[in-house]
Amino acid sequence: MAESPFKADIERVQKEYSEKMTPGAIVYIPGSSVVNKTGGWRVFMPKFNKDKCVRCFMCYTLCPEPAIYLDEESYPVFDYDYCKGCGICANECPTKAIEMVRESK
Amino acid sequence: MPMKKVMKGNEAAAWAAKLAKPKVVAAFPITPSTLVPEKISEFVADGEMDAEFIKVESEHSAISACVGASAAGVRTFTATASQGLALMHEVLFIAAGMRLPIVMAIGNRALSAPINIWNDWQDTISERDTGWMQFYAENNQEALDLILIAFKVAEDERVLLPAMVGFDAFILTHTVEPVEIPDQEVVDEFLGEYVPKHAYLDPARPITQGALGFPAHYMEARYTVWEAMENARKVIKEVFDEFEKKFGRRYHMIEEYKTDDAEIILLTMGSLAGTLKEFVDKKREEGIKIGAAKMTVYRPFPIEEIRALAKKAKVLAILEKDISFGIGGAVFADTSRALINEKEKPIMLDFILGLGGRDVTFENLEEVVEISKKALEGEKVEEINWIGLRKEIL
Ligand code: SF4
Ligand code: SF4
Repeated sequence: MAESPFKADIERVQKEYSEKMTPGAIVYIPGSSVVNKTGGWRVFMPKFNKDKCVRCFMCYTLCPEPAIYLDEESYPVFDYDYCKGCGICANECPTKAIEMVRESK
Repeated sequence: MPMKKVMKGNEAAAWAAKLAKPKVVAAFPITPSTLVPEKISEFVADGEMDAEFIKVESEHSAISACVGASAAGVRTFTATASQGLALMHEVLFIAAGMRLPIVMAIGNRALSAPINIWNDWQDTISERDTGWMQFYAENNQEALDLILIAFKVAEDERVLLPAMVGFDAFILTHTVEPVEIPDQEVVDEFLGEYVPKHAYLDPARPITQGALGFPAHYMEARYTVWEAMENARKVIKEVFDEFEKKFGRRYHMIEEYKTDDAEIILLTMGSLAGTLKEFVDKKREEGIKIGAAKMTVYRPFPIEEIRALAKKAKVLAILEKDISFGIGGAVFADTSRALINEKEKPIMLDFILGLGGRDVTFENLEEVVEISKKALEGEKVEEINWIGLRKEIL
C-alpha cells in the first residue's frame, strides 16, 4: 500500500488522541476510506471498450464504490485503487462496453 | 393551556416524540409498540410533525439509522420492544460508545422462547450494561413525561448518552388513560433545539466517528461512558426539578409511598407500583406497617436513594418482572451491590413475579408480605421466591 497522504494528520491525531479522549472517541480526520485502498479485494476487474461506449453514465451512476470517474469527454475512467470488481457496471452497461476479466498478477 | 386526552401508552409515547420534534424517526413495527411509529407516521403524513420517518426492514436497521442520523447531528427517536430490542443489541453499545443522545420508547415485553408478547422487563434489563440510561413509567402520563425528560438528560453536555423509556406491554401500551399533553411552547422552552456539540457532519470539519480504538485508547473511551453515566445522576435530578417547575409533575429517582414508619418496604418499577400503592393502603388499614417504593431510574442505578430507603426498612422486598438466570433477579443483585458496605442493612428478599404478562394479584402480594413477615420475625426464608408460579404443572 502506498504511503497515506494523511500521514501527518494521522500522526497528529494519534498524538492528540493519546493526550485527550474526545467524547464519543471522535477522530478529527476523514475516515479510513481515503487511506485504505480497497481495490486489493478484487478477483475480476472491469475492462473497458471505448468503441462500444455510448456515454449513458449507467456505470458511473450505479457503481456502489464510486470507483468510476468521468473524463473530460465524459467517458468512464475506472479507479482500480477502489474498484472491488463486483461487476455491477458490466452488468448494467447497455452496450456491453464493460467486460469482467479475471485479474491475475 | 395543556390539553387532556384519553389515550393508550403507545400514543402517549408518540405524542412525546411529536412534542420533542426529532428530525429523524426510524422504526420497525413490533408488538406491543407498533402503534408508536404508526401514530408518528400519521403525524408526519398530516404535516403535524416535521421529521424524516424512515421505514426499515428490521430493528437492527432502525437503530442503525438512528445512530447515523444522530451522528449527523440531529435529534433522533425510535421505539421497539422485546426481540426487537434484542436485535438492536450490538448497536446499542455503539450508540452509547459514540455518545449519541438517541431516545427510544420500549413497550416492555417478555423474551422468547416460548414466544410471548406480554409484559415483563427482561428485554430492557438485558440491555442494562449497554450504556443506555433506563427509565420506567408507572402510567401513560409518565411515559410521555419521561420521554421528554430522557431527551433533556441525554442531550446534556455532561451526559451525552442514549436513553430508553420503558412502559409495560399492554398494561400501559394498550390501556387508555387520561394524559395531559403539555403546550408545545413550554416543551420547546424545556427542551430547546438540539445543537450537537461533538457529533455532527460538516464538510469543513471532516471527522471519523465510531473509529478503531486501540488498546491504548479503548479503556479511556469506555471510562468516559462510565463517567457520563455517573454525571447523569446529578443531571437527572436537575431535570426532574426543572420539569416540575415547567409542568407541575414531580419525579424522583425512587418515589416512596408511606415508607417513613414502614417495617416492610416493597420496591418495584413500572406499572406494578400503582398496584402496590393500593395494596399498601389496604394493609395499612389492617395495621401492618408497610410501604412501597418505585424505581423510576434504573440506569444510572440510584445507589444513594437505595441506601436512604434501606435505612427506613427492616425488610426490603424487591418485586421484579425479570430473571437473571444463575443468580436471581437483576434489580435484587443491583440493590445488594448498593448496600453491600452499609453497616446496617435490612433483610433483603427477592420476588420474581409477573413474567410474560402473568397478573400480579393482591393474593400474590399477600404471599410476599407473609414471607417478609416471617423473615422479620427471624424465621429462615428463601432469598429468591417465585410468586404465582404453578408448581403443580412442573
Ligand atoms: S466492478 Fe463494481 S466496483 Fe468496479 S467499477 Fe464496476 S461497479 Fe464499480
Ligand atoms: S454503462 Fe456502458 S455505455 Fe454507459 S457510460 Fe458506462 S461504459 Fe459507457
